[in-house]
Amino acid sequence: MLITLVVVSLCLYLSFQLISGDPATRMLGTSATPERLAALRQELGLDQPVLLQYVRWLGAFVTGDLGTSYVYHQPVTELLSSKIIVTLSLALLSFVFMCIIAFPVGIYTAKHAGSVLDRIVLVVNQVIMAIPPFFSGIIISWVFGMILHLFAPGGYISYTKSIPQFVGYLVFPAIAIALPRAAQAARLIRGSILEEASKNYTRTAYSRGNSTNGVLFNHVLKHAFLPVLTFMGMSLGNMLAGSLVVERVFNIPGISNTLLTSIGNRDYPVVLAAVMWIASIIIIINFLVDVLYRVIDPRTAEE
Amino acid sequence: MRKKFVRLSLSVLALSLAVFLAACGGAQQNTESSSSTSTANTSTETSQTSTPSGDTDHLAIGITQDIDSMDPAKAESAATRELLFNVYEGLVKPDTAGNLNPTVASEYGISDDGSVYSFTLRDGVKFHDGSNVTAQDVKYSIERYRDSTTGGSLVSAFAKVDRVDIVDDTHVDVVLKEPDTDFLAYFTIGITPASVSDLDANPVGSGPYKFVSRSPLENVVLEKFDDYWNADEAAHIPNVTFKIVSNTDSIGLELAGGSLDLYWRTPEAQLSQIPEDQFNILEGGMNLVQALYLNNSHAPFDDVRVRQALAYAIDPQQIMDFVSGGKGSEVGSSMYPAFSKYFMPELNDVYNQDIDRAKELLAEAGYADGFSFTIQVSSAHPQHVETSEVLKEQLAAIGVTVNIQEIEWNSWLSDVYSDRNYEATVVGVDASALNAPSMLSRFVSDAGNNFVNFNSSNFDETYAKAVASVDETEKTSLYKDCEKILANEAASVYIQDLPSFVVLNNRFDGYEFYPLYAQNIASIKPAA
Repeated sequence: MLITLVVVSLCLYLSFQLISGDPATRMLGTSATPERLAALRQELGLDQPVLLQYVRWLGAFVTGDLGTSYVYHQPVTELLSSKIIVTLSLALLSFVFMCIIAFPVGIYTAKHAGSVLDRIVLVVNQVIMAIPPFFSGIIISWVFGMILHLFAPGGYISYTKSIPQFVGYLVFPAIAIALPRAAQAARLIRGSILEEASKNYTRTAYSRGNSTNGVLFNHVLKHAFLPVLTFMGMSLGNMLAGSLVVERVFNIPGISNTLLTSIGNRDYPVVLAAVMWIASIIIIINFLVDVLYRVIDPRTAEE
Repeated sequence: MRKKFVRLSLSVLALSLAVFLAACGGAQQNTESSSSTSTANTSTETSQTSTPSGDTDHLAIGITQDIDSMDPAKAESAATRELLFNVYEGLVKPDTAGNLNPTVASEYGISDDGSVYSFTLRDGVKFHDGSNVTAQDVKYSIERYRDSTTGGSLVSAFAKVDRVDIVDDTHVDVVLKEPDTDFLAYFTIGITPASVSDLDANPVGSGPYKFVSRSPLENVVLEKFDDYWNADEAAHIPNVTFKIVSNTDSIGLELAGGSLDLYWRTPEAQLSQIPEDQFNILEGGMNLVQALYLNNSHAPFDDVRVRQALAYAIDPQQIMDFVSGGKGSEVGSSMYPAFSKYFMPELNDVYNQDIDRAKELLAEAGYADGFSFTIQVSSAHPQHVETSEVLKEQLAAIGVTVNIQEIEWNSWLSDVYSDRNYEATVVGVDASALNAPSMLSRFVSDAGNNFVNFNSSNFDETYAKAVASVDETEKTSLYKDCEKILANEAASVYIQDLPSFVVLNNRFDGYEFYPLYAQNIASIKPAA
């Protein structure tokens, strides 16, 4: 895991060198002169060799020091933690919505596979999956914000001001994130259940006199859940890494909005820390999914 | 069977998409007609979900870029200077006509040779922390702007200051190293208390609004300063939030939805989304010179005839029609119209569109068959990108092929502006202070910010004479000569001052346009 982080950060450091423009040109803007640029680069340590800069950063990172933002003159830890809380809340809310929608729909359509309703759901699912989040985000803003007046587009309220209003504002962006993933998950659940249902043990369970529901909930679901778990884990990971498009459309100051702005600003300490966060989340979630696999199906551990 | 199903689902898909799109388009029209009936509804609803904005106690202003710093010495971007204009005040302050009026000073005098600026401090001017503004604070502030470790972008200007003398408790003399009668404009920079060192974390000024809080990428909150010295120009709106709207496409939506009350520099394309019965749209200038800036040291732009040919080939009005619905003001040199003291409308006619003349000049310069070049333009500035597209069409008429390369703003600052590694670019150049040098000094051949590499000994001499002159009439006329040289030599292809569309909720009025980057929130008041 640590090796992954080191490789990711090194690649990032090297890519900073490839793109033109550095923190100094951004900070000085049009009042830049060669002398002032040189002075500022020296102040920020940008005149040092790249590898030396990297080793210094890595040394500080290992001791938990993420540095200070060039643009906000604020410790990166402080800056990012406030943004991570926002993304975390949005991710958890989206995840809950995804589960609330995906499981009932998936199980119902599997149980009634081939029915009219199943076919309608299948089509609707396809449509929802095909709509990119920025588009659904705009539609949601229009319908719920401008017509129904359930929320004010762009009227984000910080959690430090009011937690209910903060969560209230996140509901609609969370729906925009959850919908396409819920559609995918529901399809996956349906397919997985149907596959398990065609296996021999299911027939045995029926032959023992179990009811449809009994078979479904006591036998099939547990097995059908395995492939779904991977998808759910990946989704949660992506959500925690931040949904760039939705944060942008709804103007939410979360981690991906911060990352994008900081790349534009060449605010290296913030970019590095944000990417480290995203990489760690993905690694941790993958690890947890592996652990859960073993809990649900001990056979996977033996392999 | 399967084929049939696929066909069925495809048609259902198409149908539902159509319904979605129709609903979307319908929604747009719906709000137009229903907004009048739902205005009251909106305000009550939004007061639940956004910062209280149903009343006139709170003004929410949208800005697209986060601010650089709350410290006036570190303020680089226009957006930052506009915000800080309300928090800090200098010894003098510009008004809407471009005059510099005494502010923290009650009066000022300039010695005949222009080397000593004497200020009498106004009685009763208080900082936001409650302390009085003293002569020590004035000395401290000016010396801080001069110091290269704390002064930021102002160091080069304040390097001219030799010393600051405290004459007595209410009198301060600023002595310059060399005479400069244009220096007064730099004293608009904020006076800050000597007792506060970290202004970024603890911004204390003496302006009509005081700082409350700042959240990076979210907002900056200000509130009315009750002890402001000038009752006539005190703030009307108690609470003001500057909201950072990183996604410019959502400005229209946020204004219409009630999250924003005021937005300046609204893109023309977004104006159609603004409900007319809730907002007033005001039009002014952006106070910049948009031009096709040419790298004068790069062939073929080192040949004045080629530059002139390009100037003859283009038609600014056509650009304005395409980019901003015909709005905007033509410029013919490096000076914008709001700077009326120096602006010369007659220079707009130096190069009226003349394709034959342009072709002739190209042929004389040895480019009868035309040539091709690349315009590097910042993708963050859609007006400049669109202008480049029109230029491409117009220049094609004289056989010149233009490639447009959109680059990120930071790459622009680095490659084009700092490294001068480009052929041509379209950008807007603005004034950092209310004086002629801020628009002209960059064209002196050895100026550090002469990003077009303009090199004219005639210009250098005239400019030096203008700066040295202490006679106001002569000085103004010399600066105008500088403008003429830029136009005649076609230093660049000057186009326009872009229009600025200010959208203000009609609960408020009193918005005023300034001739440089300043936004005076104190003048905004509840609509009568």
